[in-house]
Amino acid sequence: MKRFLYELSESWKIAVAQMRSNKTRSTLTALGVIIGIVAVTLMGTAIAGIQVGFDKSMAIFGDDVLYVSQWPWKPVDDWWNFRDRKKIKTEYAEPINRIIAATPNSNLVIAVPTSSLLRSVKYGQSQVSNVLIRGTVSDYLITSTFDFKEGRFFNDVESKGGANVCVIGYDVADALFPAESPIEKSVLINGQPFRIVGIISRQGTFLGLFSLDSIVVMPLPAFQKYFSAKSDSDILVKVKDKARLAEAKDELIGVMRRVRGLPPEKKEDFSINEQQALKSTLDPIKNSIAVAGLFITGLSLFVGAIGIMNITFVSVKERTREIGTRKALGARRRTILLQFLIESTSLCLLGGFIGLGVAYVMCTGIGQAFPSFPIRFSLSLVLVSMAVSILTGLFSGFAPAWSASRLDPVAALRYE
Amino acid sequence: MTSDTRSSDLLVIDIENITKDYVMGEEIVHALRGVSLQIHSNEYLAIMGPSGSGKSTLMNMLGCLDTPSSGRYEFNGRDVSSMTDDELACIRNREIGFVFQTFNLLPRADSLRNVELPLVYAGIDPETRRERAEHVLREVGLGDRLYHKPNELSGGQRQRVAIARALVNDPSIILADEPTGNLDSKTGDEIMTLFENLYQRGHTIILVTHEADIANHARRTVRLRDGLIESDDGGFGGIDNLPVEDPLPADAVVY
Repeated sequence: MKRFLYELSESWKIAVAQMRSNKTRSTLTALGVIIGIVAVTLMGTAIAGIQVGFDKSMAIFGDDVLYVSQWPWKPVDDWWNFRDRKKIKTEYAEPINRIIAATPNSNLVIAVPTSSLLRSVKYGQSQVSNVLIRGTVSDYLITSTFDFKEGRFFNDVESKGGANVCVIGYDVADALFPAESPIEKSVLINGQPFRIVGIISRQGTFLGLFSLDSIVVMPLPAFQKYFSAKSDSDILVKVKDKARLAEAKDELIGVMRRVRGLPPEKKEDFSINEQQALKSTLDPIKNSIAVAGLFITGLSLFVGAIGIMNITFVSVKERTREIGTRKALGARRRTILLQFLIESTSLCLLGGFIGLGVAYVMCTGIGQAFPSFPIRFSLSLVLVSMAVSILTGLFSGFAPAWSASRLDPVAALRYE
Repeated sequence: MTSDTRSSDLLVIDIENITKDYVMGEEIVHALRGVSLQIHSNEYLAIMGPSGSGKSTLMNMLGCLDTPSSGRYEFNGRDVSSMTDDELACIRNREIGFVFQTFNLLPRADSLRNVELPLVYAGIDPETRRERAEHVLREVGLGDRLYHKPNELSGGQRQRVAIARALVNDPSIILADEPTGNLDSKTGDEIMTLFENLYQRGHTIILVTHEADIANHARRTVRLRDGLIESDDGGFGGIDNLPVEDPLPADAVVY
């Protein structure tokens, strides 16, 4: 064991001396690994970033909220069967809440109706188009996760009375009121003025596809008064205990069947959606992106590994006499094998360190230039990169090191 | 070193009728055709012969760098002919000190590290390594060149480092292959004086050379020709142990 440690430290010294004396060669060879590690690391941070963004996007839906909708949140083959379903009406919320209240030990807390469509929002000369206009009730807050940057949500009185008040998203506030506070100002939607009572703090984007901050929320009666046509409605139902989501879902199906008056032999003509179902639909897509990305960047690391293998073969050839001398002095096969493995591995580790440094700088740069770009640099990433570098070194060094360890000492000593 | 414990009648190398064949392309080369040789401790022996005589092959056998095709080779009573590569490496490490014509020092390591190398392979701890390396370097007169790299040393100094390296594991034999071949005659003489000193202090030295004046430093000369021992003058103390099958009469000993 002791002997092994001495050989290890000796091999390490030789490896360092070898790199020092062949600076250009070592640098160029390490460059291949550097590029490979940078590529793999950046891809790793991007994947981690996508994961974080994905989780954040999913959190918007809340893990304790069920959505009663016309369409399920997953691809369907028989879309025509869903197209002709009856629309979900906001009026369902009232009977659902009555049934929940009448059910002892119900797993459901409250049903909140929402109705949405896209419209332009104007203030003075400025206009934002394709803003999600959503009508709901003051209990919407219970099912949501957002905070307020300024102001408040509309209250129960405003909600029931259908007052012309609204809460606007961060992007809308930013576009229409770049220099002043929007509170108590009025925006025009469909020519109707709505007084702003609150601004929702920044939510980000949904999977980078669309902004969650381009939104205006108003009381449902006001919404229905001005935008009744062609809006999509959902009922949001808050669950008491998210550990018993499946039971809650079954209960809600029963409630909805009663509300719709479906006879037992008929299939449901509505869908109960939840965050988890959406996740399981999107997870395979996310995972295949990750695998494909890592495979492609992994190829560049593989090319780097071949460079190391090549240079280690050259090194073995050049130092054949040295190997012969070492064998004459008592180096065993294992010693020689170890020596060249350490040389290739330390070269890879050097490349790995530099590559990580470069990747870190690039990550920070990208993070500062595009704050919304999902990129994450973590300790686990550093450890994984180091492990990958070491494995690359062992992989690329093995064949040359093996051939060196098998050299015949007589032939090696005589080698010119 | 432990020269005082050396006994002069200990049989170190006992070779009996060894042969070595090489396959060179289509034909088989018989480099050694049946050589028997006994070497005792504290002998100073020169192996001579023209190129192609089998001198290098015999040296590789003696140095345990190679194993014979047939015949018996015992080193300090242990049968070497059937050992594995790693067992041979162990024998070379502990029992044999090599001195090469081209020095074969590690170019990027200083004298100390070069001399320490066999001790690393022997698994000696760093402090003892340093101590012993420093001691032998002083013994060969390089106490002031401990931290010099080979390219900062003269040829003679390099060969002294190599000799220190050969001595550091306190081997049973020192095997020197044309040790003065790359040196001018004055430096060569200094190296031969060093060998003479080592011999006087009880070391066993085997010189392989084709130069008669180098061989003259030795006490016993073995001449090879065509893979056979042509002559063995028996030298000092070894005459009784001459292999009986040697067909040639030993020359007179003149020392």
